[in-house]
Amino acid sequence: MDWQRMLTLAAGELIAPQTAAFALAAIGLNVHFGFTGLLNMGHAGFMLLGAYGFAISTIAGAPFWLAFLVAVVAAILFALILGIPTLKLRGDYLAIVTISAAEIIRLLGRSTLFTDLTGASSGLRGNTYKATFQALSPLPDGTTAIGPFEYGNNLSNGWWVRIAAWALVLLAVLVVYLLVRSPWGRVLRGIREDEDAVRALGKSVYAYKMQALVLGGVLGALGGVVYVLPTSVQPDAMGRAMTFFVWTVLLLGGAATIFGPILGSMIFFVALSVVRTSMRELLPPDIFGPAQIEPLSGILIGVFLMLLVIFRPQGIMGDKKELTFHVR
Amino acid sequence: MSADPTAAPTGPGTSAMAGPSAALVGLDPRPGVPKPDAILVVDDVERRFGGLTAVDVDHLEVQRGVITALIGPNGAGKTTLFNLVTGFDRPSSGSWTFDGRSMSNVNAAKTSRAGMVRTFQLTKALSRMTVLDNMRLGARDQPGENMLAALARPLWRRREQEITEKADELLVRFKLDHLRDEFAGSLSGGQRKLLEMARALMSDPVMVMLDEPMAGVNPALTQSLLGHVQALRDEGMTVLFVEHDMHMVRHISDWVVVMAEGRVVAEGPPESVMADPAVIDAYLGAHHDTDLGDDALLADEVIEQLEHEAHAEEEEHHGKQS
Repeated sequence: MDWQRMLTLAAGELIAPQTAAFALAAIGLNVHFGFTGLLNMGHAGFMLLGAYGFAISTIAGAPFWLAFLVAVVAAILFALILGIPTLKLRGDYLAIVTISAAEIIRLLGRSTLFTDLTGASSGLRGNTYKATFQALSPLPDGTTAIGPFEYGNNLSNGWWVRIAAWALVLLAVLVVYLLVRSPWGRVLRGIREDEDAVRALGKSVYAYKMQALVLGGVLGALGGVVYVLPTSVQPDAMGRAMTFFVWTVLLLGGAATIFGPILGSMIFFVALSVVRTSMRELLPPDIFGPAQIEPLSGILIGVFLMLLVIFRPQGIMGDKKELTFHVR
Repeated sequence: MSADPTAAPTGPGTSAMAGPSAALVGLDPRPGVPKPDAILVVDDVERRFGGLTAVDVDHLEVQRGVITALIGPNGAGKTTLFNLVTGFDRPSSGSWTFDGRSMSNVNAAKTSRAGMVRTFQLTKALSRMTVLDNMRLGARDQPGENMLAALARPLWRRREQEITEKADELLVRFKLDHLRDEFAGSLSGGQRKLLEMARALMSDPVMVMLDEPMAGVNPALTQSLLGHVQALRDEGMTVLFVEHDMHMVRHISDWVVVMAEGRVVAEGPPESVMADPAVIDAYLGAHHDTDLGDDALLADEVIEQLEHEAHAEEEEHHGKQS
């Protein structure tokens, strides 16, 4: 078997646009869960909404930045709709509402009611909305090889989308870093620890939770935009499984850390790639065909997540101390 | 804050007749008595949980600048009244004013911003934050707590320095300075009580509401906690606290309000309120002075007499109800 090919493939995942998309989404979820303690179980809903917002408005003729803005505004509205009724209630309610709201977005997207807009269950093809993004590329046409990585400069899954995606990730990290080490971030962490204590100190807990929900949701929507830029908008690919992958990425890297989501996303997709290709190579194909490999790697990821939460609950970058005193 | 953070709190009893508490001398000790300078005035506040009336206070005034204790047996409605006036619970009916402003239907955060800051019976130290961050969170007017301003450090750095200095001062005063950078979750129960009190002081409150400040505190710390509470009054703050520890109540309070079954049953200075028959009866029980370990209690005639008393009391109770 070709180990070198397998390793190159795995290493490629380190900088893949998909990895950046999940890192971005996990940074958003980190604002929700890691810093504010909000249990958002429907992050894929934000991502799908961002993807639809960007793709549909581009198809309707909007220039790139307007379409980008539409994705952001869609996430803000979604966060407000979710937050207004639930943020005054206990945290568990937000979990229930988000998981169902994300499903509602997905089911609306794939229903035949809006086929003209969303393409129903077959989704939106990538080349219907990629043009405005590709047109922004400053790179010359052609292919560039850096180390083992060789991609077309302006192909839909090439260098340009990688550069833009990771630039966006770094920008998000910077903003979140500036915010969480500020007094604003301190109030969020206080809310994570005990809402009533923060209320007793005169802070409007509801307003802070809403701001955190909106910020994390917007980052999730941007993750969704990055996710669909090299591929297509497929509502069924952005369902519950995606939400749990984002959670895995976050917990793997370490909640309430700055670089945890990025590291988690890289490790997650490299591991997934290694597991998939090695199983394809090593397992006898007459017993484990390609149809079995996919669910099997999903099972392995699930077992891995369980082991992670049991043996390293703080994730790779997390501070053990921050978790040790979990007294509620 | 006081100029000298290490200033020893005044000794027990020395201040009872001096300062603002002198205004309470000679006041008629009956429930709901008007005070010369009331900061908190509660009127007809009622809170029902289904069929149970937890709080039913007709009128209560709390004098400014003194230490008022709120005592009563378990289930008397002390904490519920606390929750109501601090905005953590909504009354079924009634109103109250704080510093002349109506505060009914004002939420907890706004109540706190108005100057009425509370602590909790079960301490709410923010465990996974450092002691210093706990303190800083108590401060007011930090522009960096606005999401957009938070991005630009120069906008809030100066204020952050002031806050940190003040936090350090308070930590020294409460002898927590060596724990400054520890996670609050690693503190002992008594240290958490101290931290919570110190944190409440970060906002320079007008009135401090302490819910059982002594519960679960190591006796060695009790004395210093008592001193801290007295120091608050000496700095001009109004203190209202709920407490079960009679020693503390006698020791530091200037005025005592006794609640039972949701009502205020007695008020008065600590020395005399304890002798009020209503208090002895409703709160301490008719035999609070009896040593239960005394063998003489086992004599037949004593037991008979007690039974007789209990019987008579029961009948009287029935008579009252019908």
